[in-house]
Amino acid sequence: MIQTFFNLEIIAASWPIVLAGLRNTVLLSLLVVPLGLFGGLILALLASVKNPAVRWPLMAWVDFFRAFPPLVLLILLFAGLPFAGLELGGFVCVAIAFFLNSGAYYGEILRAGIDSVPAGQVEAARSTGLSRLQAMAYVVLPQAVRNVLPDLLSNTLEVVKLTSLGSVVAVPELLYQARQAQSITYNPTPIVVAAIIYFLMLWPVVRLLSRLENRALAGR
Amino acid sequence: MSNWDRFTDTFFNAKVMVKYLPDILSGVVVTIELALLIVVTGIAAGLALALLRSLAIRPLNWLIIFIVDLFRSLPPLVVIVLIYFGLPSVDLSPSGFVSTWLSLAFVLMAFSEEIFWAGITSVAKGQWEAARSTGLSFGQTLVNVVLPQAFRLTIPPLTNRTIAITKGTSLGTVVAVTEILGQASSAMSNSYNPSPLMMGAAAYIVLFLPVVVAARWVETKFAWKR
Repeated sequence: MIQTFFNLEIIAASWPIVLAGLRNTVLLSLLVVPLGLFGGLILALLASVKNPAVRWPLMAWVDFFRAFPPLVLLILLFAGLPFAGLELGGFVCVAIAFFLNSGAYYGEILRAGIDSVPAGQVEAARSTGLSRLQAMAYVVLPQAVRNVLPDLLSNTLEVVKLTSLGSVVAVPELLYQARQAQSITYNPTPIVVAAIIYFLMLWPVVRLLSRLENRALAGR
Repeated sequence: MSNWDRFTDTFFNAKVMVKYLPDILSGVVVTIELALLIVVTGIAAGLALALLRSLAIRPLNWLIIFIVDLFRSLPPLVVIVLIYFGLPSVDLSPSGFVSTWLSLAFVLMAFSEEIFWAGITSVAKGQWEAARSTGLSFGQTLVNVVLPQAFRLTIPPLTNRTIAITKGTSLGTVVAVTEILGQASSAMSNSYNPSPLMMGAAAYIVLFLPVVVAARWVETKFAWKR
Protein backbone atom coordinates (compact mmCIF):
# COMPACT_ATOMS: atom_id res chain seq x y z
CA MET A 1 0.00 0.00 0.00
CA ILE A 2 2.73 2.44 1.03
CA GLN A 3 4.83 1.22 -1.90
CA THR A 4 1.97 2.16 -4.21
CA PHE A 5 0.68 5.42 -2.81
CA PHE A 6 3.61 6.87 -0.92
CA ASN A 7 6.70 5.47 -2.60
CA LEU A 8 9.70 7.40 -1.28
CA GLU A 9 11.90 6.70 -4.31
CA ILE A 10 9.22 8.05 -6.61
CA ILE A 11 8.68 11.08 -4.38
CA ALA A 12 12.39 11.83 -4.61
CA ALA A 13 12.45 11.33 -8.39
CA SER A 14 9.33 13.38 -9.12
CA TRP A 15 9.93 16.12 -6.54
CA PRO A 16 11.46 18.69 -8.94
CA ILE A 17 8.53 18.25 -11.36
CA VAL A 18 5.93 18.59 -8.60
CA LEU A 19 7.76 21.54 -7.06
CA ALA A 20 7.74 23.40 -10.38
CA GLY A 21 3.99 22.78 -10.45
CA LEU A 22 3.58 24.19 -6.96
CA ARG A 23 5.48 27.31 -7.97
CA ASN A 24 3.24 27.78 -11.01
CA THR A 25 0.08 27.23 -8.94
CA VAL A 26 1.21 29.96 -6.54
CA LEU A 27 2.07 32.31 -9.42
CA LEU A 28 -1.20 31.52 -11.20
CA SER A 29 -3.17 32.22 -8.01
CA LEU A 30 -1.32 35.50 -7.53
CA LEU A 31 -2.46 36.45 -11.03
CA VAL A 32 -6.05 35.22 -11.08
CA VAL A 33 -7.14 36.30 -7.58
CA PRO A 34 -6.42 40.02 -8.19
CA LEU A 35 -7.86 39.64 -11.70
CA GLY A 36 -11.11 38.20 -10.31
CA LEU A 37 -11.23 40.84 -7.57
CA PHE A 38 -10.75 43.55 -10.18
CA GLY A 39 -13.58 42.13 -12.31
CA GLY A 40 -15.77 41.87 -9.21
CA LEU A 41 -15.01 45.44 -8.18
CA ILE A 42 -16.07 46.73 -11.58
CA LEU A 43 -19.35 44.78 -11.34
CA ALA A 44 -20.02 45.89 -7.75
CA LEU A 45 -19.33 49.55 -8.55
CA LEU A 46 -21.63 49.38 -11.58
CA ALA A 47 -24.31 47.72 -9.43
CA SER A 48 -24.11 50.56 -6.89
CA VAL A 49 -25.61 52.79 -9.58
CA LYS A 50 -29.24 52.29 -8.59
CA ASN A 51 -30.50 52.47 -12.14
CA PRO A 52 -32.58 49.43 -13.22
CA ALA A 53 -31.21 49.76 -16.76
CA VAL A 54 -27.75 49.03 -15.30
CA ARG A 55 -28.77 46.72 -12.48
CA TRP A 56 -30.80 44.14 -14.42
CA PRO A 57 -28.23 43.36 -17.12
CA LEU A 58 -25.63 43.09 -14.37
CA MET A 59 -27.77 40.62 -12.46
CA ALA A 60 -28.22 38.59 -15.65
CA TRP A 61 -24.45 38.67 -16.23
CA VAL A 62 -23.73 37.43 -12.70
CA ASP A 63 -26.40 34.72 -12.86
CA PHE A 64 -25.07 33.58 -16.22
CA PHE A 65 -21.63 32.91 -14.79
CA ARG A 66 -23.07 31.35 -11.64
CA ALA A 67 -24.89 28.89 -13.91
CA PHE A 68 -22.02 28.29 -16.34
CA PRO A 69 -19.41 25.70 -15.27
CA PRO A 70 -15.92 27.28 -15.29
CA LEU A 71 -14.47 24.26 -17.09
CA VAL A 72 -16.96 24.71 -19.96
CA LEU A 73 -16.00 28.38 -20.19
CA LEU A 74 -12.33 27.42 -20.26
CA ILE A 75 -12.83 24.78 -22.98
CA LEU A 76 -14.95 27.22 -24.98
CA LEU A 77 -12.09 29.74 -24.96
CA PHE A 78 -9.36 27.16 -25.48
CA ALA A 79 -10.95 24.89 -28.07
CA GLY A 80 -13.74 27.04 -29.51
CA LEU A 81 -12.02 30.35 -30.25
CA PRO A 82 -9.36 28.86 -32.55
CA PHE A 83 -12.22 28.20 -35.00
CA ALA A 84 -12.67 31.98 -35.14
CA GLY A 85 -8.97 32.33 -35.89
CA LEU A 86 -8.07 33.26 -32.32
CA GLU A 87 -5.53 31.01 -30.61
CA LEU A 88 -4.87 32.26 -27.13
CA GLY A 89 -2.92 29.50 -25.39
CA GLY A 90 -3.87 27.81 -22.14
CA PHE A 91 -2.49 30.45 -19.82
CA VAL A 92 -4.34 33.41 -21.38
CA CYS A 93 -7.55 31.33 -21.53
CA VAL A 94 -7.29 30.57 -17.82
CA ALA A 95 -6.77 34.27 -17.07
CA ILE A 96 -9.82 35.33 -19.13
CA ALA A 97 -12.04 32.54 -17.76
CA PHE A 98 -11.14 33.45 -14.18
CA PHE A 99 -11.65 37.15 -14.82
CA LEU A 100 -15.19 36.37 -16.01
CA ASN A 101 -16.12 33.54 -13.64
CA SER A 102 -14.51 34.60 -10.36
CA GLY A 103 -15.32 38.20 -11.20
CA ALA A 104 -19.03 37.36 -11.11
CA TYR A 105 -18.70 35.67 -7.70
CA TYR A 106 -16.51 38.42 -6.22
CA GLY A 107 -18.89 41.01 -7.68
CA GLU A 108 -21.89 39.42 -5.96
CA ILE A 109 -20.02 39.39 -2.62
CA LEU A 110 -18.78 42.99 -2.91
CA ARG A 111 -22.24 44.15 -3.96
CA ALA A 112 -23.71 42.63 -0.79
CA GLY A 113 -20.94 44.36 1.16
CA ILE A 114 -21.68 47.75 -0.39
CA ASP A 115 -25.41 47.25 0.27
CA SER A 116 -24.61 46.53 3.93
CA VAL A 117 -23.14 50.01 4.46
CA PRO A 118 -25.95 52.33 5.63
CA ALA A 119 -26.97 55.09 3.19
CA GLY A 120 -26.32 57.67 5.91
CA GLN A 121 -22.60 57.00 5.55
CA VAL A 122 -22.61 58.11 1.91
CA GLU A 123 -24.76 61.13 2.74
CA ALA A 124 -22.45 62.17 5.57
CA ALA A 125 -19.37 61.71 3.38
CA ARG A 126 -20.91 63.66 0.51
CA SER A 127 -21.96 66.49 2.84
CA THR A 128 -18.34 66.93 3.95
CA GLY A 129 -17.53 67.72 0.33
CA LEU A 130 -16.22 64.34 -0.88
CA SER A 131 -17.12 63.49 -4.46
CA ARG A 132 -19.16 60.33 -5.18
CA LEU A 133 -16.01 58.47 -6.17
CA GLN A 134 -14.14 59.65 -3.07
CA ALA A 135 -17.04 58.67 -0.82
CA MET A 136 -17.05 55.21 -2.41
CA ALA A 137 -13.30 54.72 -2.19
CA TYR A 138 -12.62 56.15 1.27
CA VAL A 139 -15.87 55.58 3.18
CA VAL A 140 -18.03 52.84 1.69
CA LEU A 141 -15.56 50.29 0.28
CA PRO A 142 -13.37 49.91 3.40
CA GLN A 143 -16.45 49.14 5.50
CA ALA A 144 -18.00 46.98 2.78
CA VAL A 145 -14.87 44.85 2.49
CA ARG A 146 -14.67 44.40 6.24
CA ASN A 147 -18.31 43.31 6.41
CA VAL A 148 -17.87 40.56 3.82
CA LEU A 149 -14.31 39.55 4.60
CA PRO A 150 -15.18 35.90 5.43
CA ASP A 151 -17.06 35.54 2.13
CA LEU A 152 -14.20 37.13 0.19
CA LEU A 153 -11.74 34.76 1.84
CA SER A 154 -13.98 31.77 1.18
CA ASN A 155 -14.26 32.69 -2.50
CA THR A 156 -10.51 33.21 -2.74
CA LEU A 157 -10.03 29.69 -1.39
CA GLU A 158 -12.34 28.39 -4.13
CA VAL A 159 -10.45 30.37 -6.77
CA VAL A 160 -7.10 28.92 -5.69
CA LYS A 161 -8.60 25.41 -5.78
CA LEU A 162 -10.04 26.17 -9.21
CA THR A 163 -6.57 26.88 -10.66
CA SER A 164 -6.34 23.06 -10.88
CA LEU A 165 -8.57 23.35 -13.97
CA GLY A 166 -5.53 24.79 -15.72
CA SER A 167 -4.30 21.19 -15.99
CA VAL A 168 -7.01 20.50 -18.59
CA VAL A 169 -5.58 23.13 -20.97
CA ALA A 170 -1.94 22.13 -20.34
CA VAL A 171 -1.00 24.93 -17.96
CA PRO A 172 1.85 23.33 -15.99
CA GLU A 173 0.39 23.92 -12.52
CA LEU A 174 0.52 21.49 -9.58
CA LEU A 175 -2.08 18.97 -10.76
CA TYR A 176 -0.78 18.96 -14.35
CA GLN A 177 2.79 18.40 -13.23
CA ALA A 178 1.72 15.65 -10.83
CA ARG A 179 -0.14 13.87 -13.62
CA GLN A 180 2.88 14.18 -15.88
CA ALA A 181 5.03 12.64 -13.15
CA GLN A 182 2.43 9.92 -12.64
CA SER A 183 2.41 8.96 -16.31
CA ILE A 184 6.22 8.83 -16.40
CA THR A 185 6.53 6.69 -13.25
CA TYR A 186 3.36 4.56 -13.69
CA ASN A 187 2.61 5.24 -10.02
CA PRO A 188 -0.04 7.39 -8.34
CA THR A 189 2.39 8.70 -5.68
CA PRO A 190 2.94 12.11 -7.37
CA ILE A 191 -0.82 12.78 -7.33
CA VAL A 192 -0.98 11.84 -3.65
CA VAL A 193 1.92 14.22 -3.01
CA ALA A 194 0.12 16.99 -4.93
CA ALA A 195 -3.03 16.37 -2.87
CA ILE A 196 -0.98 16.61 0.35
CA ILE A 197 0.58 19.88 -0.86
CA TYR A 198 -2.85 21.35 -1.66
CA PHE A 199 -4.08 20.26 1.76
CA LEU A 200 -1.12 21.71 3.68
CA MET A 201 -1.30 24.94 1.70
CA LEU A 202 -5.05 25.49 2.11
CA TRP A 203 -5.83 23.85 5.45
CA PRO A 204 -4.88 26.98 7.49
CA VAL A 205 -7.30 29.00 5.36
CA VAL A 206 -10.10 26.47 5.93
CA ARG A 207 -9.46 26.53 9.71
CA LEU A 208 -9.49 30.33 9.75
CA LEU A 209 -12.73 30.36 7.77
CA SER A 210 -14.39 27.92 10.16
CA ARG A 211 -13.49 30.18 13.06
CA LEU A 212 -14.68 33.33 11.29
CA GLU A 213 -17.99 31.64 10.40
CA ASN A 214 -18.51 30.45 13.96
CA ARG A 215 -17.75 33.90 15.29
CA ALA A 216 -20.24 35.46 12.87
CA LEU A 217 -22.91 33.04 14.13
CA ALA A 218 -22.06 33.57 17.81
CA GLY A 219 -22.34 37.32 17.28
CA ARG A 220 -25.87 37.15 15.96
CA MET B 1 -19.95 34.62 -47.95
CA SER B 2 -20.12 37.54 -45.57
CA ASN B 3 -18.27 37.51 -42.26
CA TRP B 4 -21.51 36.98 -40.37
CA ASP B 5 -22.44 33.98 -42.52
CA ARG B 6 -19.00 32.51 -42.01
CA PHE B 7 -19.36 33.03 -38.26
CA THR B 8 -22.77 31.33 -38.02
CA ASP B 9 -21.63 28.60 -40.37
CA THR B 10 -18.72 27.86 -38.02
CA PHE B 11 -20.26 28.26 -34.58
CA PHE B 12 -23.95 27.51 -35.27
CA ASN B 13 -23.81 25.08 -38.15
CA ALA B 14 -27.33 23.64 -38.48
CA LYS B 15 -26.22 20.41 -40.18
CA VAL B 16 -23.66 19.62 -37.49
CA MET B 17 -26.08 20.59 -34.75
CA VAL B 18 -28.82 18.28 -36.01
CA LYS B 19 -26.35 15.43 -36.38
CA TYR B 20 -24.95 15.69 -32.86
CA LEU B 21 -28.11 16.72 -31.02
CA PRO B 22 -28.81 13.13 -29.82
CA ASP B 23 -25.27 12.91 -28.37
CA ILE B 24 -25.68 16.17 -26.48
CA LEU B 25 -29.09 15.07 -25.20
CA SER B 26 -27.65 11.78 -23.91
CA GLY B 27 -24.98 13.93 -22.22
CA VAL B 28 -27.73 15.98 -20.60
CA VAL B 29 -29.26 12.79 -19.20
CA VAL B 30 -25.91 11.69 -17.74
CA THR B 31 -25.31 15.15 -16.24
CA ILE B 32 -28.75 15.13 -14.59
CA GLU B 33 -28.26 11.61 -13.21
CA LEU B 34 -24.85 12.50 -11.87
CA ALA B 35 -26.04 15.79 -10.38
CA LEU B 36 -29.03 14.20 -8.63
CA LEU B 37 -26.88 11.39 -7.19
CA ILE B 38 -24.32 13.91 -5.90
CA VAL B 39 -26.92 16.21 -4.36
CA VAL B 40 -28.89 13.44 -2.63
CA THR B 41 -25.95 11.44 -1.27
CA GLY B 42 -23.75 14.45 -0.51
CA ILE B 43 -26.36 16.35 1.48
CA ALA B 44 -27.60 13.21 3.26
CA ALA B 45 -24.06 12.31 4.29
CA GLY B 46 -23.39 15.91 5.38
CA LEU B 47 -26.52 15.95 7.53
CA ALA B 48 -25.60 12.57 9.04
CA LEU B 49 -22.12 13.85 9.95
CA ALA B 50 -23.55 17.03 11.49
CA LEU B 51 -25.96 14.98 13.59
CA LEU B 52 -23.14 12.64 14.68
CA ARG B 53 -21.13 15.71 15.64
CA SER B 54 -23.97 16.99 17.84
CA LEU B 55 -23.50 13.88 20.03
CA ALA B 56 -20.26 15.57 21.17
CA ILE B 57 -18.06 12.46 21.26
CA ARG B 58 -14.57 13.98 21.26
CA PRO B 59 -12.45 11.58 19.13
CA LEU B 60 -15.33 11.16 16.68
CA ASN B 61 -15.68 14.93 16.32
CA TRP B 62 -11.97 15.32 15.63
CA LEU B 63 -12.29 12.74 12.87
CA ILE B 64 -15.33 14.51 11.40
CA ILE B 65 -13.59 17.90 11.50
CA PHE B 66 -10.53 16.42 9.80
CA ILE B 67 -12.58 14.84 7.01
CA VAL B 68 -14.54 18.06 6.48
CA ASP B 69 -11.38 20.17 6.41
CA LEU B 70 -9.73 17.71 4.03
CA PHE B 71 -12.48 17.92 1.43
CA ARG B 72 -12.84 21.66 1.84
CA SER B 73 -9.17 22.19 1.07
CA LEU B 74 -8.66 19.72 -1.79
CA PRO B 75 -9.66 20.89 -5.29
CA PRO B 76 -12.49 18.61 -6.55
CA LEU B 77 -10.55 17.82 -9.73
CA VAL B 78 -7.64 16.53 -7.62
CA VAL B 79 -10.00 14.21 -5.71
CA ILE B 80 -11.49 12.91 -8.96
CA VAL B 81 -8.07 12.26 -10.49
CA LEU B 82 -6.84 10.63 -7.29
CA ILE B 83 -9.77 8.19 -7.16
CA TYR B 84 -9.82 7.47 -10.89
CA PHE B 85 -6.07 7.08 -11.49
CA GLY B 86 -5.03 6.07 -7.99
CA LEU B 87 -7.41 3.28 -6.99
CA PRO B 88 -6.66 0.99 -9.98
CA SER B 89 -3.22 0.52 -8.41
CA VAL B 90 -4.91 -1.42 -5.61
CA ASP B 91 -7.10 -3.36 -8.05
CA LEU B 92 -10.14 -1.19 -7.54
CA SER B 93 -11.19 0.35 -10.82
CA PRO B 94 -14.08 2.74 -10.33
CA SER B 95 -15.52 4.05 -13.60
CA GLY B 96 -15.24 7.74 -14.42
CA PHE B 97 -18.91 8.14 -13.48
CA VAL B 98 -18.42 6.53 -10.06
CA SER B 99 -15.18 8.47 -9.44
CA THR B 100 -16.84 11.79 -10.24
CA TRP B 101 -19.92 10.92 -8.20
CA LEU B 102 -17.91 9.84 -5.13
CA SER B 103 -15.54 12.81 -5.30
CA LEU B 104 -18.17 15.50 -5.64
CA ALA B 105 -20.44 13.78 -3.10
CA PHE B 106 -17.55 13.84 -0.58
CA VAL B 107 -16.93 17.53 -1.31
CA LEU B 108 -20.62 18.39 -0.96
CA MET B 109 -20.76 16.28 2.22
CA ALA B 110 -17.94 18.33 3.73
CA PHE B 111 -19.44 21.70 2.83
CA SER B 112 -22.98 20.75 3.86
CA GLU B 113 -21.80 19.27 7.18
CA GLU B 114 -20.14 22.59 7.95
CA ILE B 115 -23.30 24.50 7.00
CA PHE B 116 -25.66 22.18 8.92
CA TRP B 117 -23.36 22.30 11.94
CA ALA B 118 -23.32 26.10 11.83
CA GLY B 119 -27.11 25.98 11.67
CA ILE B 120 -27.37 23.61 14.64
CA THR B 121 -24.97 25.62 16.82
CA SER B 122 -26.73 28.85 15.89
CA VAL B 123 -29.85 27.68 17.72
CA ALA B 124 -29.46 29.18 21.18
CA LYS B 125 -28.62 26.84 24.05
CA GLY B 126 -31.69 28.03 25.95
CA GLN B 127 -33.84 26.42 23.26
CA TRP B 128 -32.27 23.03 24.00
CA GLU B 129 -32.70 23.50 27.73
CA ALA B 130 -36.28 24.72 27.45
CA ALA B 131 -37.23 21.83 25.16
CA ARG B 132 -35.53 19.24 27.37
CA SER B 133 -37.17 20.67 30.51
CA THR B 134 -40.63 20.20 28.98
CA GLY B 135 -39.83 16.51 28.87
CA LEU B 136 -38.74 16.11 25.20
CA SER B 137 -35.98 13.55 24.63
CA PHE B 138 -32.65 14.46 22.98
CA GLY B 139 -33.92 13.09 19.66
CA GLN B 140 -37.26 14.87 19.90
CA THR B 141 -35.56 18.17 20.75
CA LEU B 142 -33.26 17.79 17.77
CA VAL B 143 -36.02 16.91 15.30
CA ASN B 144 -38.84 19.13 16.53
CA VAL B 145 -37.06 22.19 17.93
CA VAL B 146 -33.50 22.58 16.71
CA LEU B 147 -33.52 21.28 13.13
CA PRO B 148 -36.52 23.32 11.90
CA GLN B 149 -34.78 26.52 13.04
CA ALA B 150 -31.40 25.36 11.77
CA PHE B 151 -32.73 24.51 8.30
CA ARG B 152 -34.04 28.01 7.81
CA LEU B 153 -30.59 29.41 8.40
CA THR B 154 -28.82 26.85 6.26
CA ILE B 155 -30.89 27.09 3.10
CA PRO B 156 -29.24 30.10 1.38
CA PRO B 157 -25.61 29.01 1.83
CA LEU B 158 -26.55 25.40 1.09
CA THR B 159 -28.23 26.17 -2.25
CA ASN B 160 -25.25 28.29 -3.35
CA ARG B 161 -22.76 25.59 -2.48
CA THR B 162 -24.85 22.85 -4.02
CA ILE B 163 -25.07 24.70 -7.34
CA ALA B 164 -21.33 25.39 -7.36
CA ILE B 165 -20.55 21.73 -6.70
CA THR B 166 -23.07 20.22 -9.14
CA LYS B 167 -21.64 22.45 -11.88
CA GLY B 168 -18.49 20.42 -11.19
CA THR B 169 -20.09 17.44 -12.97
CA SER B 170 -18.37 18.92 -16.04
CA LEU B 171 -15.06 17.87 -14.43
CA GLY B 172 -16.13 14.29 -15.17
CA THR B 173 -15.05 14.88 -18.76
CA VAL B 174 -11.43 14.63 -17.56
CA VAL B 175 -12.05 11.00 -16.56
CA ALA B 176 -14.09 10.16 -19.67
CA VAL B 177 -17.61 10.53 -18.29
CA THR B 178 -19.98 11.00 -21.22
CA GLU B 179 -21.75 14.00 -19.69
CA ILE B 180 -22.56 17.19 -21.63
CA LEU B 181 -19.03 18.57 -21.91
CA GLY B 182 -17.58 15.14 -22.74
CA GLN B 183 -20.12 14.55 -25.51
CA ALA B 184 -19.68 18.09 -26.84
CA SER B 185 -15.88 17.82 -26.90
CA SER B 186 -15.83 14.50 -28.73
CA ALA B 187 -18.50 15.69 -31.18
CA MET B 188 -16.36 18.76 -31.81
CA SER B 189 -13.27 16.73 -32.60
CA ASN B 190 -15.28 14.35 -34.82
CA SER B 191 -16.89 17.14 -36.82
CA TYR B 192 -14.00 19.64 -36.77
CA ASN B 193 -16.63 22.19 -35.86
CA PRO B 194 -17.32 24.03 -32.59
CA SER B 195 -21.12 23.98 -32.98
CA PRO B 196 -21.55 20.96 -30.63
CA LEU B 197 -19.61 22.88 -27.99
CA MET B 198 -21.98 25.81 -28.36
CA MET B 199 -24.89 23.38 -27.97
CA GLY B 200 -23.29 21.95 -24.86
CA ALA B 201 -22.80 25.43 -23.42
CA ALA B 202 -26.44 26.22 -24.15
CA ALA B 203 -27.49 22.97 -22.47
CA TYR B 204 -25.68 23.96 -19.27
CA ILE B 205 -27.42 27.34 -19.28
CA VAL B 206 -30.82 25.72 -19.84
CA LEU B 207 -30.14 23.27 -16.99
CA PHE B 208 -28.55 25.53 -14.41
CA LEU B 209 -29.89 29.05 -15.02
CA PRO B 210 -33.40 28.22 -13.67
CA VAL B 211 -31.73 26.71 -10.58
CA VAL B 212 -29.62 29.85 -10.06
CA VAL B 213 -32.65 32.12 -10.46
CA ALA B 214 -34.67 29.93 -8.07
CA ALA B 215 -31.76 30.04 -5.61
CA ARG B 216 -31.69 33.83 -5.77
CA TRP B 217 -35.40 33.84 -4.93
CA VAL B 218 -34.91 31.41 -2.03
CA GLU B 219 -31.96 33.49 -0.84
CA THR B 220 -34.03 36.66 -0.48
CA LYS B 221 -36.87 34.71 1.11
CA PHE B 222 -34.70 33.01 3.75
CA ALA B 223 -32.05 35.73 3.98
CA TRP B 224 -29.71 35.56 6.99
CA LYS B 225 -30.70 38.43 9.19
CA ARG B 226 -27.46 39.66 10.69
